[in-house]
Amino acid sequence: MHELGVVFKIRDRLKMLASENGFSRINSVTVALGEVSTVIPEYLTDCWDWMRKKEPLLAEAEMLIEPVPAITFCEDCGKTYPTVKYARICPHCGSERTFLVQGNEFLIKEVEVPEPEDARS
Amino acid sequence: MKVIELNESVTASNDRDADVLRKEMRQEGTLLVNLMSSPGSGKTSLLSGTILDLKGELEMAVMEADIASDVDAVRIENLGARSIQAHTDGMCHMDAGMTGRALSAMGYSGIDLVFLENVGNLICPAEFDTGAGANVMLLSVPEGDDKPLKYPLMFTKSDVLIITKMDTISYFDFDLTACQERVRRLNPGIRIFPVSARTGEGMEEWEGWLKTQVSRWKQFRNI
Repeated sequence: MHELGVVFKIRDRLKMLASENGFSRINSVTVALGEVSTVIPEYLTDCWDWMRKKEPLLAEAEMLIEPVPAITFCEDCGKTYPTVKYARICPHCGSERTFLVQGNEFLIKEVEVPEPEDARS
Repeated sequence: MKVIELNESVTASNDRDADVLRKEMRQEGTLLVNLMSSPGSGKTSLLSGTILDLKGELEMAVMEADIASDVDAVRIENLGARSIQAHTDGMCHMDAGMTGRALSAMGYSGIDLVFLENVGNLICPAEFDTGAGANVMLLSVPEGDDKPLKYPLMFTKSDVLIITKMDTISYFDFDLTACQERVRRLNPGIRIFPVSARTGEGMEEWEGWLKTQVSRWKQFRNI
């Protein structure tokens, strides 16, 4: 729903990182995206590809997405299960006392930049 | 090639901005209340009623966040409260940066309570900390009692749920008890106020809660 807004957030963070570390180009940015993070990968990369053309720092920066599957834990039986398939109710014991262990992530994991000598050439 | 590991949440910079804004507002003694709901749930009607009722007791202002138009800001100004129209330029939510800029443009010195009327949307606003001191959501009776099941994050993030348009409950299959149970399962600490801005039902309880929050906010202004 808010892919456009978040690409601006990522852009601003990378610009800050570039000025702190003194690089002027980024080859790629890797993002970890949880299955239930409400961000849709295709929309995110579409917005990214539209935005990066406007920024010299990001013009060549491809966005790589690492999906994180959503997993829920059941407090009653201690087992885990895939969240998207079964939602809040544990398929093993029927309990509703469950919580999400992972799948909500939306992280900038890493940024790949050219070595200083590559940048000079 | 060189790899820089960041492992940082995309919303991390927003969370920092939000904490800075909250601190500034606490020092000023101004409580910011973030109002979230779907479009048409009655945010502006609730605010109009609240402003009329509390006019003599609190200095209030309203920040209207919309994708476009200023109909809500005009409606609020007619009640005599200060208001500012923030346009999100197509974005589906307000973040702390936008909120901070609109607040400085409006100025909040001497104001006790600022309402941020967030973009009508039950999904995105819940994901972004605006810097508010309290998060309040509205669910109107016609929307249905199943909404906590469909939009759990909003119900989880809110300090207060106001169930609006209670005067229409006899026309809809809205099970108030079932709705409250669903909400408490997601968020056991949430306060729930069933109200009708039209008849005034429940408004006193909601306004009492607001007054307590404002005085608490001012009490701890220097910490």
